[in-house]
Amino acid sequence: MSKYILPPDENIDVRKILEDLEHYRPRRRGWTWREPAPNLTMGPFTYRDCSKPLKDGVPLPPAHYFGDVDPQPMPVITTEIASGRFEDDIRRMRMAAHHGADHIMVIRTSGQSHFDGLIEGTPQGSGGVPISRKQVRAQRKALDLIEDEVGRPINYHSYVSGVAGPDIAVMFAEEGVNGCHQDPQYNVIYRNINMVRSFVDAAESKCLIAWADMAQIDGAHNANATARDAWKVMPELMVQHAINALYSEKVGVPKENICLSTVPPTATPGPCVYMDLPYALALRRLFTGYRMRAQMNTKYIESSTREATVTHVLNMLVSKLTSADIQSTITPDEGRNVPWHIYNIEACDTAKQTLVGLDGLMDMVQLKQDGYLEDKARELTERAVLFLEEMEEQGGYFHAVESGMFVDSGLFPERNGDGIARKTNGGIGAGKVIKREADYMAPVTAHYGNNNVCQYGGDPSDPAGLIGGCTLERPEKIVFIDELDEDDNVYLRMNAVKDFARPSASKIRPEMEWLADGTVLLTLCFPAEKKIAEAAALECARRMGLRDAAVISREVLHRAEGTRIELRGKVDFDIDISSLVIPPEPDVLDEDALRAAIEQRPMRIVCGTIGEDEHSVGLREIIDIKHGGIEKYGVEVHYLGTSVSPEKLVGAAIELDADAMLASMIISHDDIHYKNIARIDRIAREMGVRDRLIFVAGGTQVESDAAKAVGADAGFGRGTHGNHVATFLVKERDRRSREE
Amino acid sequence: MVKREDDYQKRRAHLASLSDEELRARFWALTGRLVDPMLALAKENTTPAIERSVLLRMGFSSLEAKALVDGCMERCLLGHGAGHVVYRYARHEGLPIREAGLALMSPEKMDEAARLFGGEA
Repeated sequence: MSKYILPPDENIDVRKILEDLEHYRPRRRGWTWREPAPNLTMGPFTYRDCSKPLKDGVPLPPAHYFGDVDPQPMPVITTEIASGRFEDDIRRMRMAAHHGADHIMVIRTSGQSHFDGLIEGTPQGSGGVPISRKQVRAQRKALDLIEDEVGRPINYHSYVSGVAGPDIAVMFAEEGVNGCHQDPQYNVIYRNINMVRSFVDAAESKCLIAWADMAQIDGAHNANATARDAWKVMPELMVQHAINALYSEKVGVPKENICLSTVPPTATPGPCVYMDLPYALALRRLFTGYRMRAQMNTKYIESSTREATVTHVLNMLVSKLTSADIQSTITPDEGRNVPWHIYNIEACDTAKQTLVGLDGLMDMVQLKQDGYLEDKARELTERAVLFLEEMEEQGGYFHAVESGMFVDSGLFPERNGDGIARKTNGGIGAGKVIKREADYMAPVTAHYGNNNVCQYGGDPSDPAGLIGGCTLERPEKIVFIDELDEDDNVYLRMNAVKDFARPSASKIRPEMEWLADGTVLLTLCFPAEKKIAEAAALECARRMGLRDAAVISREVLHRAEGTRIELRGKVDFDIDISSLVIPPEPDVLDEDALRAAIEQRPMRIVCGTIGEDEHSVGLREIIDIKHGGIEKYGVEVHYLGTSVSPEKLVGAAIELDADAMLASMIISHDDIHYKNIARIDRIAREMGVRDRLIFVAGGTQVESDAAKAVGADAGFGRGTHGNHVATFLVKERDRRSREE
Repeated sequence: MVKREDDYQKRRAHLASLSDEELRARFWALTGRLVDPMLALAKENTTPAIERSVLLRMGFSSLEAKALVDGCMERCLLGHGAGHVVYRYARHEGLPIREAGLALMSPEKMDEAARLFGGEA
């Protein structure tokens, strides 16, 4: 076994993951839920609905105000990763895990559903990854390392569907895959795979899912994404969930591993919570004991990531008001189809932020037990019962599908005649369902149905005993195929970008999904209508030297006054990492040295927010003792307030015989901040005091070199703390003393 | 399906008097009656994918499993179980399971196996 351990501050070395894969064995099987941490205290806060924190992770952006706390909500959080190159996805999985994802779902390459067998090797995919044993094994192995790093088990997940469902289910059980989608109705309705075959295969797959203790997610959410008016399929969705849930349970999957993939069907500008909440409530009441996988709405999202994010936050409000065991995070780029690293991370953060923000909500509010909510929930349940009754009248599931009952855009019992109909004897793989003979026998574990092992003296409770155990008991029997295609595999892809492969890369290039893909995203705003703006954006891209430029989002600010464009393109150049000029870390004296310097030689400063500006937060952070500002080192601070004129600042410095002036400048419009710096410098010179005053400028948009160029002695921007400024003041005073 | 107006109010008449609990029980009873015949089908039938999955568990690669199942299909042996074909052949020849399966990749040996099940071949 490989001894590779992830260094916390280094890139994961994918080459090391691929080494010795043949002998890798998964460390466990089965799904893991988060560990509750009731009344968890972190920093200044107590949480009611959070789970055990991570060992290492990236907290939400404002966490630094609160001691970098990173509370983790209770639901398992999913991220869907599949760029077509599994080796690059491994790096994204690590990023996602650090942002709180513990359910990594890998989407399959398009067309895998119709592939009759297992795909082997590591060919490149499109719209997803070709799921093969080698790819699964490599990713599970990488996740072992990543889960050790974050200190929480990570569930790995893909799909058991298509015409090779049972093949894939075996491979997943052998390889320690923790969760999967399995729903024969998905095959039938969306993949046109023969109905009978889909249900017969599904029983075998589910038997394996049960053995491997995997969590199973159904496919009902697809009806939402397909139906014209997604909210009208609500009764049918309940039926689809029920068929898969009960079928699975009867095969032997424990109820607590059966997850309903449920989507709030509506989106804004509809009154979506009003429409979605009764449905969510009805579903949870009807399916007690099963798990809820709260999927997010994809049907109605457009190319605005902001809009998609708000839809998803509203979806999570519904999760919070009802329940969610797994919270899905559809990436906000779903509507523009650029599945990039950054959007997985945004989606994970959106889920974490929303669920943590809503912590304890249900301690304060309660859903009404009468009126619209209850009435609507009851109505939806009744409509679902009527749906089942009609299925029975039609002669059962297969006949009901034949008649086009499913994915009809009418709210049942209303029918629009536009459902998806399939033939019982049609579809892919039709005619391949074979009657088991009386002597039918399969000497393996987790096999469903008639199995005559007794004819050989076998034990029906242990059919694999006939062959001394199958691969599930004796994994050394698994045959590992490395690569089949010498022109399409991970080694060729990695070799093509080896100069960029980290750690120890010599070159770097911007990246969105694949190593060194060169992809960049530009946001532009033009004072024109859409068509002009779009053409102008492409022209900008051309002049900027971007290849393959394409507009991925356009939003009207006003039909004539403005259009916001987002554009992607690629750069061709490489950057030699050794040629980069990296500014040194800010020079900071420690607390004792600063205190000693001020005690030895006291210092007095005047400060204020300059110009017509009422902001005071930034400057307060730098000066106030309670924020760790410079006061705490013993500096005597005279705070002049906000909207201070340059004249007043310099005047006060003279009057108080100060050693230094601190000018805070937040407003940067039209470079007013730099103009004010220049003005303070000029006034101080005119008054003849510039030489004896240290002049420091600060503000979120202040850049050090630019501030110095217009007359400050130093400029401090975003991320500055009191100790940075104090260090400068002490050192600058020393420097001037030495010069005198 | 033919178009139909929403006749929910009319259709629900027989449900109106049910308690929530009774309505839920009805929902699950109906679902049970719909899935049971499909479960019976699954018990009594097999497919090439199921048989490949059996062979994978017996220690064959995906490529070998596919070839063996195709060989069984051609000789109408799948109803006995592809794993069964390998198992019976192994017993008959006194071979370990894996060796027996690899031998059955050759059409002549598969014909021999078919004869063990009374097949023509």
